[in-house]
Amino acid sequence: MASLRDIKNRITSTKKTSQITKAMEMVSASKLSRAEDNAKSFNPYMNKIQEVVASIATGAKDASHPMLSTRPVKKTAYLVITSDRGLAGAYNSNVIRSAMNAINSRHSSKDEYVILAVGRVGRDFFAKRGMNIIDSIIGLPDQPSFADIKEITGKAVGMYADEAFDELYMYYNHFVSAISQEVTEKKVLPLTDVAAETGGMTSYEFEPSPEAILEVLLPQYAESLIYGALLDGKASEHAARMTAMKSATDNAKELIDSLSLSYNRARQAAITQEITEIVGGAAALED
Amino acid sequence: MKTVNVNIVTPDGPVYESAVEMVSTKAQSGELGILAGHIPMVAPLEIGAVRLKKEGRTDLVAVTGGFLEVRPEQVTILAQAAEPATEIDIDRAKEARQRAESLLQAKQDNVDFKRAELALRRAMNRIDVYENRM
Repeated sequence: MASLRDIKNRITSTKKTSQITKAMEMVSASKLSRAEDNAKSFNPYMNKIQEVVASIATGAKDASHPMLSTRPVKKTAYLVITSDRGLAGAYNSNVIRSAMNAINSRHSSKDEYVILAVGRVGRDFFAKRGMNIIDSIIGLPDQPSFADIKEITGKAVGMYADEAFDELYMYYNHFVSAISQEVTEKKVLPLTDVAAETGGMTSYEFEPSPEAILEVLLPQYAESLIYGALLDGKASEHAARMTAMKSATDNAKELIDSLSLSYNRARQAAITQEITEIVGGAAALED
Repeated sequence: MKTVNVNIVTPDGPVYESAVEMVSTKAQSGELGILAGHIPMVAPLEIGAVRLKKEGRTDLVAVTGGFLEVRPEQVTILAQAAEPATEIDIDRAKEARQRAESLLQAKQDNVDFKRAELALRRAMNRIDVYENRM
């Protein structure tokens, strides 16, 4: 049986750990609410750009653009959004597993796909397996602004235009609620389903021409799709971390309870033993 | 005078919202002035200033990478970045200009000239807008 001091030490260290996890939980909770606000303020932009793209794509049928048409797929790109740090429960492993499953079932050789990694965990994972990472971004702030991710979105869209790859899939955790996040796969490029998401139609005058506008608009649209996923992923990350830290705190509390129980038992046993010894000693003297 | 609602929206949130008498700005095909009742139109914008005239004064907003969507009673400007003149950090803009200029002058092979030039144009635009804000 562990000595009194051992148990005492374990209780103290578990208490310290639970203080840290508790603090991390609260930090993540406040970051989560900020991330939700960010996602909310991004919505008007996304809705509007979707509306305009849809009405141009349907209104001007003859206007074509490389981003709208499917071409034979020689190379696929996967944009995988993970976090920089761990301690977020199954957040990273879920998204990586689902990306790996897709890659393994679709491709037989490493030449058929490339990876764009967001977040240190994902980058390290794919690098370790010798996969072809063409770009990675790490150290994203917790509340990324559009300027922070412009580089990777611009690059991804530019590479598609240069035919470095022929389709682009995105893997990220979609934020459903604070306790539930869903791994989502989304095909970003080519933009095949824009026309399907149409709402109210307006027939526009195009200045100078539909093609010229698509030229400007579609890269922006694709970039904002990626940005939206990043914001979504960030919110999920904070939510996942919050839940993970909450259960860590709960577990620590349980551990402390059971440790204090055995501490008290051991203490009581020691006292009883002492009394027995004293009584025994006194009895021996009386004779 | 009849007014038209103007919204300037960026990925980081709405930047400007107001009813104005006239919107004028520079599109890629030339200068544009828009009054209430304009036919629906879409046009990509240059890096530049959007001038919003109302009640005898003019609000200025610096806009980058945007386009303009016009409806008879609603004008929406979607931009990757937009700042009202009153919120521009002039020191940061000047710093950005200097950085871009020195990049352009360095004439090194590894410098992405197109990007440096765009950065310079954005910085100059913000400085211009700031200086004409009254």
